[in-house]
Amino acid sequence: MDFTLKIWRQENANAKGRFETYKINDISPDCSFLEMLDILNESLVNKLSHPVCFDNDCREGICGMCGLYINGHPHGPDQAITTCQLHMRKFKDKETIVIEPWRAKPFPIIRDLVVDRTALDKIIQEGGYVSVTTGGIPDGNAIPIPKYKADQAMDSASCIGCGACVAACKNASAMLFVSAKVTQLSLLPQGKPESSIRVQKMVAKMDELGFGNCTNTYACEAECPKEIKCSNIAKMNREFLFAKVCTEENI
Amino acid sequence: MTTLNSKTPEGELSEKWTKYKASQKLVNPANKRKLDVIVVGTGLAGSSAAASLGALGFNVKIFCISDSPRRAHSIAAQGGINAAKNYQNDGDSVERLFYDTIKGGDYRAREANVYRLAEVSNSIIDQCVAQGVPFARDYSGMLDNRSFGGAQVSRTFYAKGQTGQQLLLGAYSALSKEIKAGTVKMYERREMMDLVLVDNQARGIITRNLQNGEIERWSAHAVVIATGGYGNVYFLSTNAMNCNGSAAIQCYKRGAYFANPCYVQIHPTCIPVHGEYQSKLTLMSESLRNDGRIWVPKKIEDAQAIREGRLKPTEIAEQDRDYYLERRYPAFGNLVPRDIASRAAKERCDAGYGVGAGFAVYLDFKTAIERLGRDKIHERYGNLFQMYEKIVDVDPYENPMMIYPAVHYTMGGLWVDYELQTTISGLFATGEANFSDHGANRLGASALMQGLADGYFVLPYTMQNFLSDKIHQPRISVESQEFENAEKAVKEKIEKIISIKGEKTVDSLQRELGHIMWEYVGMGRNAENLKKAIPLLSDLRKKFWSNVRVVGDTTSMNPELEKAIRLADHIELAEVMAKDALQREESCGGHYREEFVTEEGEAKRDDENFKFVGVWEYKGEGQDPIMHKEELNYEFIKVQQRNYK
Repeated sequence: MDFTLKIWRQENANAKGRFETYKINDISPDCSFLEMLDILNESLVNKLSHPVCFDNDCREGICGMCGLYINGHPHGPDQAITTCQLHMRKFKDKETIVIEPWRAKPFPIIRDLVVDRTALDKIIQEGGYVSVTTGGIPDGNAIPIPKYKADQAMDSASCIGCGACVAACKNASAMLFVSAKVTQLSLLPQGKPESSIRVQKMVAKMDELGFGNCTNTYACEAECPKEIKCSNIAKMNREFLFAKVCTEENI
Repeated sequence: MTTLNSKTPEGELSEKWTKYKASQKLVNPANKRKLDVIVVGTGLAGSSAAASLGALGFNVKIFCISDSPRRAHSIAAQGGINAAKNYQNDGDSVERLFYDTIKGGDYRAREANVYRLAEVSNSIIDQCVAQGVPFARDYSGMLDNRSFGGAQVSRTFYAKGQTGQQLLLGAYSALSKEIKAGTVKMYERREMMDLVLVDNQARGIITRNLQNGEIERWSAHAVVIATGGYGNVYFLSTNAMNCNGSAAIQCYKRGAYFANPCYVQIHPTCIPVHGEYQSKLTLMSESLRNDGRIWVPKKIEDAQAIREGRLKPTEIAEQDRDYYLERRYPAFGNLVPRDIASRAAKERCDAGYGVGAGFAVYLDFKTAIERLGRDKIHERYGNLFQMYEKIVDVDPYENPMMIYPAVHYTMGGLWVDYELQTTISGLFATGEANFSDHGANRLGASALMQGLADGYFVLPYTMQNFLSDKIHQPRISVESQEFENAEKAVKEKIEKIISIKGEKTVDSLQRELGHIMWEYVGMGRNAENLKKAIPLLSDLRKKFWSNVRVVGDTTSMNPELEKAIRLADHIELAEVMAKDALQREESCGGHYREEFVTEEGEAKRDDENFKFVGVWEYKGEGQDPIMHKEELNYEFIKVQQRNYK
């Protein structure tokens, strides 16, 4: 297969970026999208040009490191996958493919397609945990957890922190990301005691870092590689309201 | 010369760790604040160690190669984590987990370390549950278990097919809590470039900031290496793209001994290679072997017809399928340990029964789907099936999966004593980066167990014992001569690599290295091939240093340069791996020497001559390394031939 690639190139955070066009030929349909970029990069190195920088690591859809905005979609045209799981068979021969980085104010560009997503870690640091320290813990079966709740918590916990939800959102909102963690922990008895404080702190941090608010377009849910549901956002809003109005832990 | 003292405590096996903890030295809270610890790596082992040490009150700095600790490759572990809870009442115990792990490792691991691992395994589950890890539960609300290779009990705890992810996110959350509390400082997108010794003690590291190329110096009272394994020496492996053995090699070159470099685990169930452009291999969890049955056609002509596309696997009648694991190992069947399953697949494919392109066997869920229904299989393995379909474009609910062995894990690593301290004072190694617990072969669901055991429950004790002696040792400045020299050497090395401006891309040399290693130091080894590999590797090293092409500069983000630096280290590591494989004239676990097999074609150990850990000491550029031996004395377990029949 042959493709025309329009790729965003930008030397560093302060440089002016631009699209550059590359032709790439004889790509196997079984080749993954990132392997296609590897082939492009090797050809650029052979021409003594600087290869395109893009984040990637596990290449099996779980680490959340890769994230490219491909033809207007985070992680490209296929459903429920990360960029590294996208294969060229999903494109048409001779297609023009536009590749951009995540675009959101809280995710400054580092180089080319690499962005800084540490803002997501900062939100987790505000309270995305149960405040236990190591040791002195009761038996794992001491508190039974209904299967449906454990399963729901697992669904929320499967977020990989890639930031596609933010990139998909016209408001650059991180509500899906934050609500997935809030929901996971508030569903479990271990996370319950801190749930009021947690939701308030995490939402405040999200606002402070410049993420936008949710206006219910559901673009995040549509693009999430792990199919995290917007019902998490509804649950978080409920938790937030409850925490603000009905608890003494209002911060 | 340093003598290898494992510092194993005296006494009964079951009392060693208790006694150690009761007699180790402690540091009072006021003094803990004065002591600094560097942790390199943020996977399960690194994150759990940093979080636990931070919570104790030590000043911890942690270095992450990616943008976030949550990217570490622990996240990709799918199947589960072992613990001796015996919730199933099926006869499990600490002793049995210990025994299975030693036996699974083909009697090449240190007894006391493995016993401790089994002993603390139960606390890990409790700890993770308390962190909010959503383990799978049954309808009563109790924790659920599944079985894994090399065990006849169900002791594996899991969270769908994403156990590693959930455990890592648990450790990451504990780490995040400490970062917020200020006890741990996080440095992301940093790669370790060298270890700094002051008065023969590990006192700091040099890092490269991957965003801007800056070379930075950091000092501490102790350094923990938690940088994982070196499977990427083979180029194609199930490791992530950024996984590398560089940090371990830097420590080796600074004087830390490297143990059992030849012990590499080849995982039996990976998606087969499909093209020259391929960048990595994807693992299909061992947990699939709970319900999937492995087979190849019984008739060689059927195998050929399949390879030529004239026949579909679903068209082959039941009696024409050879379920070779069930045939050869009736007691363990599809759940034999990984090394055995891998070799059996290779044996069938080499004999001409392979499917796909010739290097694949089937993993079939037909019987399981008939027995349990599609929904149950979806619940158990849904994400794995989806992953398979996305890569191969074949629906595994309707067709058998195709799988083939691939490099997955390295049992070898930095030599450590009972306290997880290397031969360099103040330098500790944990998780996959050390060698200690898995012998010559690791059982499934044991890597997560070891990483977290070391980080949550071992290092917080043993490092405290070490640091108690350092309360009078002042913090040191990074302006000292030792740091100055180390930084200078790193800068010179980088400058040298970038100024070669040769003709070979880093990727092409990396593939060449991978080819040599897979061909000559791979799944089946023999003296002739190993002797071929050694000069090939030294030629490759020369080729690298005279003809590598690295574009770009040293002062901005430059992945080509990162890869080149790692490749230089990997070539050196590969040479030690080949030498170690050559000296070990026996077959054990993942190390299979074709000259040393039983009549039935099974691995044949030589306990008389090789019941030791091969421990390599670096002797300088261009010099042959020296091998020391740590004899393995089995006081409590009877060493016998592994039998899974």
